[in-house]
Amino acid sequence: MELLIFYPLAGFCVVLALGVVFNTSPVGSALSLIGMMLGLAGIFVLQQAHFIAILQIIIYAGAIMVLFMFVIMLLNLKKGDDAGWIARDRNLLLSVLTGLLAVGILYKLSDIIFTAKMNTPAILPDSFGTVAIIGETLFTDFVLPFEVASILLLAAMVGAVVLAKTKLD
Amino acid sequence: MWVDLIITLVKISFILAITVGFFAPVLTWVERKQSALMQDRIGANRADIMGFTVLGLFHIIADALKMFTKEDFIPDGANKILHTVSPIIALVPALLTFAVIPFGGQYTLFDKEVNLVISDLDVGLLFVFAIASLATYGYVIAGWSSNNNWSLLGSMRTASQMISYEVTMGLTIIGVLMVYGSMKLTEIGAIQENFWMWGIFLQPVGFFMFLTASIAENKRIPFDAPEAESELVAGYFTEYSGLKFGMFFMAEFIEMVTIGAIMTILFLGAWHIPFLTTATLLSWFDFLGTTGSNLVVMLIHVGVFFAKVIFFIWLQMIIRWTLPRFRYDQIMRLGWKILLPLSLANILVTGLLILALN
Repeated sequence: MELLIFYPLAGFCVVLALGVVFNTSPVGSALSLIGMMLGLAGIFVLQQAHFIAILQIIIYAGAIMVLFMFVIMLLNLKKGDDAGWIARDRNLLLSVLTGLLAVGILYKLSDIIFTAKMNTPAILPDSFGTVAIIGETLFTDFVLPFEVASILLLAAMVGAVVLAKTKLD
Repeated sequence: MWVDLIITLVKISFILAITVGFFAPVLTWVERKQSALMQDRIGANRADIMGFTVLGLFHIIADALKMFTKEDFIPDGANKILHTVSPIIALVPALLTFAVIPFGGQYTLFDKEVNLVISDLDVGLLFVFAIASLATYGYVIAGWSSNNNWSLLGSMRTASQMISYEVTMGLTIIGVLMVYGSMKLTEIGAIQENFWMWGIFLQPVGFFMFLTASIAENKRIPFDAPEAESELVAGYFTEYSGLKFGMFFMAEFIEMVTIGAIMTILFLGAWHIPFLTTATLLSWFDFLGTTGSNLVVMLIHVGVFFAKVIFFIWLQMIIRWTLPRFRYDQIMRLGWKILLPLSLANILVTGLLILALN
């Protein structure tokens, strides 16, 4: 039953992810990315992680991608305009590094997939994935990483404001 | 299993019937009548069948006929697929929010617990917020795909306005969440059985900020810069006609109902009557037996809930016909320089008060 929902959702995500890469118009790419994120949220729901799924929609599909769309429209990029900036700036070192990073991530992922016990169903407590339990974990066991991450985000926000402000003046 | 399925289907049909079937068409008439009343005009009274006008209610039928028969026009150079899909993307979120909105409490009917909400999500409050943020795309894509500069400008304004006010909305929701300690809308509703626990008393500042932010999200006057007739023709839906325009129109009215419903749940005591607990109400109708008394109380609660929703719709209508349109920079200043700091302060004060009272 779960697989019956999982495979269409996963296929939908893969197709849209390819759409992001191969679409010639920036808006098309952005829309594919939004669709893919909604699909991912669906997969999270399937894993009983309702809170993560909703956050996925709010933060990625709802907030970040709206800003992407906004910038694309502001620059009014059309089909074909993008050919210029893809060909420009091919840094060999950067490409190699990015490639290595991708291979590393894929290696780790395949390691996880092949060692996972597929046939034994996971036993989850009733409270799994609820807001209360995530909040509790976040503010007891992981309080330091959580606070550090929030300070990092705040610093990034202040930095962005400062950079934009000097450009305006 | 089958009984649960049927109950859910009944609830979904009820919500669809009351929003698409009742509120959306009737509100088009109410809006005309309200504006006529406030501007001292006679108002919509031309559409008649055999000389009967019934207060102009036949205008609903005339409107529908007009929208169905108008030419569906797609401008040259427009993206045909996106131009067609975007009204749907705009309409769906308005309806989808109702999936988590409880329109009544829990009742025992024929030995079966009936919970008057389609899906009692653990993250209901966040779900509302997530769906509201997705609504932006319909409007943004509509303007972009029309290949028209007015439309594009309109959708840019929509995007910036909706992003700005989503921030306030999200932070206000945090205040509500802190007070009730739950994201389940059914639980938030149940807590408000006590009159002094109503959200409007616990989060008075939050109430006004949420109302402002949700009117801005719905892009109605005074926040209708995205579709400002005198500047942008009609903004993002300039190039829309027929039923596609009708869908944008319907989305706006249904969103008014959605806003009313959320405000009722969060701030105005949900389905409860002040100083009247469910237990007292049940004891009044005790002579009807368990199912009978539960049924009567359920009907009363649903009626009370929608009466409150109608109050909020009326409030939005009054605001819409009272105020002029804000300028674009005024909207941005209100959003970022007034509402955002105020909502942050609201969270701080709420937190301090909770700390002090416990």
